[in-house]
Amino acid sequence: MTAAPVLSLSGVSKRFGAVQALTDVDLEIRPGEVTALVGDNGAGKSTLVKTIAGVHPIDSGTIHWKGKPVRIARPHDAQDLGIATVYQDLALCDNLDVVANLYLGNEIRRRGVLDPVTMERRARDLLDTLSIRIPSVRIPVASLSGGQRQVVAIARALIGSPEVVILDEPTAALGVEQTAQVLDLVERLRGRGLALILISHNMADVQAVADRVAVLRLGRNNGVFPVATTSGEEIIAAITGAADNAVSRRRSRAVPAQATPAADAEDTTADAPEEAP
Amino acid sequence: MSDTQKDVVSDADAQPQAPGEQLAPDPRLLVRERGLMGYVEDFRRRIRGGELGSIPVVIGLIIIAIVFEAQTGTFMTPRNLSNISVYIAGPGIMAVGIVLVLLLGEIDLSIGSVAGLSAAIWAVLSVTHGVDDVVSILLAIAAGAAVGTVHGVFFAKVGVPAFVVTLAGFLGWSGVQIWVMGEEGTINIPRDSWVRDFTDFYFSDISAAYTLAALITAGYVLLSWRHERRRAEAQLAARPLTEILIRGGLVALISFVTAYTLNQHRGLPLALVLFLAVLLLADFMVRRTTYGRQIFAVGGNAEAARRAGINVARVRLTVFTIAGALAAFGGLFLAGQGGGASKSLGSGNLLMNVIAAAVIGGTSLFGGRGWIWSALLGTLVIQSITSGLNLMNMSAEIQYMITGAVLLIAVVLDSVSRRTQRTAGRT
Repeated sequence: MTAAPVLSLSGVSKRFGAVQALTDVDLEIRPGEVTALVGDNGAGKSTLVKTIAGVHPIDSGTIHWKGKPVRIARPHDAQDLGIATVYQDLALCDNLDVVANLYLGNEIRRRGVLDPVTMERRARDLLDTLSIRIPSVRIPVASLSGGQRQVVAIARALIGSPEVVILDEPTAALGVEQTAQVLDLVERLRGRGLALILISHNMADVQAVADRVAVLRLGRNNGVFPVATTSGEEIIAAITGAADNAVSRRRSRAVPAQATPAADAEDTTADAPEEAP
Repeated sequence: MSDTQKDVVSDADAQPQAPGEQLAPDPRLLVRERGLMGYVEDFRRRIRGGELGSIPVVIGLIIIAIVFEAQTGTFMTPRNLSNISVYIAGPGIMAVGIVLVLLLGEIDLSIGSVAGLSAAIWAVLSVTHGVDDVVSILLAIAAGAAVGTVHGVFFAKVGVPAFVVTLAGFLGWSGVQIWVMGEEGTINIPRDSWVRDFTDFYFSDISAAYTLAALITAGYVLLSWRHERRRAEAQLAARPLTEILIRGGLVALISFVTAYTLNQHRGLPLALVLFLAVLLLADFMVRRTTYGRQIFAVGGNAEAARRAGINVARVRLTVFTIAGALAAFGGLFLAGQGGGASKSLGSGNLLMNVIAAAVIGGTSLFGGRGWIWSALLGTLVIQSITSGLNLMNMSAEIQYMITGAVLLIAVVLDSVSRRTQRTAGRT
């Protein structure tokens, strides 16, 4: 369970103008593990992920990749290290077929010319090994369902054989069956030894697949919990900050199984600094 | 298009067995059955799904041919058809550029003015200043590319909508055209100029047309056979040999009938050869190069393209450069056809005809969908209508109305098929 972390952040801070989006955030990502990243809106989840993905370079702090300090200044740096990101809004081209989408930006060429045959064969093999079922790899992505599009987007991230895959709310717009399919895929990827970062608002999903939950609150760490031994209420308390004050600590002692989200009035006002654009 | 590996390699498909669940095929899989019924079913599914492709335009061409032949009796003569094949070259080459711009989901309103400007530059350089003919032609095309690059910079780097940039170009460059022409109202083509040959040179030896037809057929069959063999080796769904041969037969039929018809008049026109060369090059670029893939990606979802590491601004800029260069090249054909450069060359309905041709041929106005050959098909439709109405001695206003109606039908088909595709996608 405690393999050496493939990616570790320590003391990471990021500021956008007047907004301190991240303050001294630590995070460790281990291979073969799903680390869920949770937090309320504006807690800094997306910013943190974007610093890892190279969209927003960090202001201070250090990022270690397999023990060595690295600088991630551009999306390209992250890709070169082996970090792939599946964004919330899929980023697929509807008009292109599945194969073209999988290899967009990484086309396989043969004598300088696109090699659709090799791309299609490898795409099919990749989808087969992941047990992904779609009608055909040669139909435009526009005619796939939401869940199919999500698995295609995830498969796309795997083309460069990354070691860390970041999933930004992969189940946000999906139905029950489709959510299950995506979570299956997440577990299969974990089984292949990948390190996964899962951003989610959905506690059920987090508890279903994550090994550890890292909670962010107002741009700071608010605890890392092993999922197996933590209740959903404890995580929610950490997200909302309900465990931070004496009142809720008293209450949770009195009524053990019931945490009260949004118990404190201070919470709503303190949430004002929105996440940076 | 919509076939899976199932229809050819059913046993090879069974080997990568993932635990249990993969055994039962999803009932919604689009598996094409074998045999003729399979093709019929496939075809019906495509029609229902809104993938009309070039079917409407081919049907339209047949209707146009029948109607005009019935009305005039001279429409299908080798002379008229040969003339059409020459007249389509100029607007057709410009339409190739427009297809590229439309694939990006943008529009270029300046190509008529750019065509006129390039003809003016060529004429003034070569006739007035005595610059070498070929050098003048190259400079004229380079000027078109430069103009396109200017549009591209304003659109891709500065962020002004392409519609506005090229609308400004439409006005501005036709002003420059008149300024370049200076005192002269028109400059006639010198007798020995290449520009005259563009539209007036015919390979009168009948073997030329037949050789070209044979080359096209052989090239098509050979390339698709090699491609399908590689697919079969990679255990992907491949077209059976009979289908390749049937398609090859169709290509042979079209090219040899065309060659025969052209030989009945003056032989193979150089204009058609150059147009075909542009089409083949552009088609290769769009379908078989990374750059072409990037054009489609940017037209489909620019943000996704950007995240995939594609330099979106560079793709946009260069497409406008190419469109400018092709507009300039096409402009020289128009000059050749009209006997020289003039202050008004490229004005009038040329721009609209070229854009209409690209859309009628099946390239979507909404970006990301289309193919290069729509430049040929669409220009054929427009030119056939113009030519037929001329034969019937119809006046220009009727021609405008009919071309307008055809364009409207094409855009309606495009919009409706887009909508059908979207609903058909939600299964």
